Amino acid sequence: MTTLAHTLTDSRTMFHRQLLHLKRYPSLTGMLIGLPVIFLLLFVYVFGGTLGAGLGGGRQEYVNYLTPGILLFTVAGAVAGTAISVAMDMTEGIVDRFRSMDIARAALLTGHVLGSLVQIFLALGVVLGIALLIGFRPNATPLEWLAVIGVLAATAFALTWLAVALGMAADSVETASNTPMFLSLLPFLGSGFVPTESMPSGLRAFADYQPFTPVIETLRGLLLGTGIGNSAVIALVWCVGISLLSYVWAKRKYNQRASR
Amino acid sequence: MTAILTTRPAVSVAGLRKSFGTKVVLDGIDLTVTEGTVFALLGPNGAGKTTMVRILATLLAADGGSIHVAGHDLTREPDAVRAAIGLTGQFAAVDRLLTVRENLRLMADLNRLGRAEGRSRVDGLIERFDLGESAGKPVSVLSGGQQRRVDLAMTLVGDPRLIFLDEPTTGLDPRSRHEMWRIVRELVAEGVTVFLTTQYLDEADELADRIAVLDQGRIVAEGTPDELKRRIPGGHLLLRFADPATLRTAAAVLDTAQRDDAALTLQVPSDGGVASLRAVLAALDAVHVQPEHLAVHTPDLDDVFFAFTGAPATASDIASEEIR
Repeated sequence: MTTLAHTLTDSRTMFHRQLLHLKRYPSLTGMLIGLPVIFLLLFVYVFGGTLGAGLGGGRQEYVNYLTPGILLFTVAGAVAGTAISVAMDMTEGIVDRFRSMDIARAALLTGHVLGSLVQIFLALGVVLGIALLIGFRPNATPLEWLAVIGVLAATAFALTWLAVALGMAADSVETASNTPMFLSLLPFLGSGFVPTESMPSGLRAFADYQPFTPVIETLRGLLLGTGIGNSAVIALVWCVGISLLSYVWAKRKYNQRASR
Repeated sequence: MTAILTTRPAVSVAGLRKSFGTKVVLDGIDLTVTEGTVFALLGPNGAGKTTMVRILATLLAADGGSIHVAGHDLTREPDAVRAAIGLTGQFAAVDRLLTVRENLRLMADLNRLGRAEGRSRVDGLIERFDLGESAGKPVSVLSGGQQRRVDLAMTLVGDPRLIFLDEPTTGLDPRSRHEMWRIVRELVAEGVTVFLTTQYLDEADELADRIAVLDQGRIVAEGTPDELKRRIPGGHLLLRFADPATLRTAAAVLDTAQRDDAALTLQVPSDGGVASLRAVLAALDAVHVQPEHLAVHTPDLDDVFFAFTGAPATASDIASEEIR
């Protein structure tokens, strides 16, 4: 077998392991779904009337505005689970076993990323379903829906690799569960919950140029027909950049790390 | 120990050095492990045993020295080394969320065994390690001894020819400990080479063909258990008598003995063998004296350990076998 074939076989094995983890430990997935659902309901039913009025409409307007942001919030929250499960592996003896075996070096990490993508899309499905139930009305064509899935997948891929690297760099499971938290804040400090035009100038500059805003604007454009402009290209560049850097960082940490 | 001895070394190490910062952990280690034998690295906590194993198992890079494991140069062909070895570390290297069977199957897949071969190997190990009843349970609910068995079974899925066992029985109860010893002996009988570290002298004595005593990063003694014991003086018979009169009579015929009037004892130098025992008893019979109590003290690995690592010796009767 060639090296590439080994990498694929071993990654599939590690992916299978992560799927078993999802099955064995459903409460983690439940928690990762629960938080964005609560935020969705909270923002629509508690703040939605006022915020919708600010957009020149009402609660219905706001559900539409909010949902793309909540989808990204879901992804950002879910990768905390990735960091936790990577850190759990790294602090237990099992990683020494893997590292002392003749298996493809990237396989364990790839397994974590693929497993997390499954978890994230499960969460996205539930959150989107509830958004539709409470009045989200997208006008996307089937092709645009495909593009939505693509954008979410690219973002989830990038953030999952980032979370793998954070989990790898953390010296304990507790640290790993805390460090990705800043990702959950980014949709708030962007165009996820309110338009950036309403923010003070300093914050607005940050909000306009941070990576989550172009992703949210692209999703919003695809789902609701608002203008996309160059957001899609910027979003893609961010995703590729974050993925690459995180991959290199994570793999280096994996090779050099002596657990315990 | 039944072992097929060949000349090819399973592990050969020359001039191995490793420091963490300014702390020297391994300071010029040379050792050779013959294929099909059990080699025990014995040493107190912090001697560098685990560092040694981690280097040999490719988990840690050495600072210097030449190392060959399973016939491959460790730095040039780490993957070939990994394919030949198995490691069971100090902390159970198991996936606690998965069941016993899933853990073993994971190893079968990672060793890229075919479906049929993987299944039969897994079933065989479950039976051999007496894990049938817990095969479907998550490893997290098993006892420490059972987890260690799962751990070793996982190591064996890949059929390694050389196994590193880092303190395999630390923290186990006596029954699990003996179970682990039995498994190690079986493996060696199949021709597997075992490199184990331990801080238990009886474990090294029980299992190893050769022992190296590691202390503060250096090997301070190496040899078979018997060779090491022979290098340590101190074997003797301890005779206690009922009253001062019989003690005096006995001392008169056993002129090499050390006499202790307060304790009513005689300490006779001896190798602990039957011949020397018989000679002493015959000498006493000749003057119609019978000791009230008799104990044989052979130098054991505790003596070896303390003699070589410079730690204070404990009470001299630490492992005396009593004979009535």
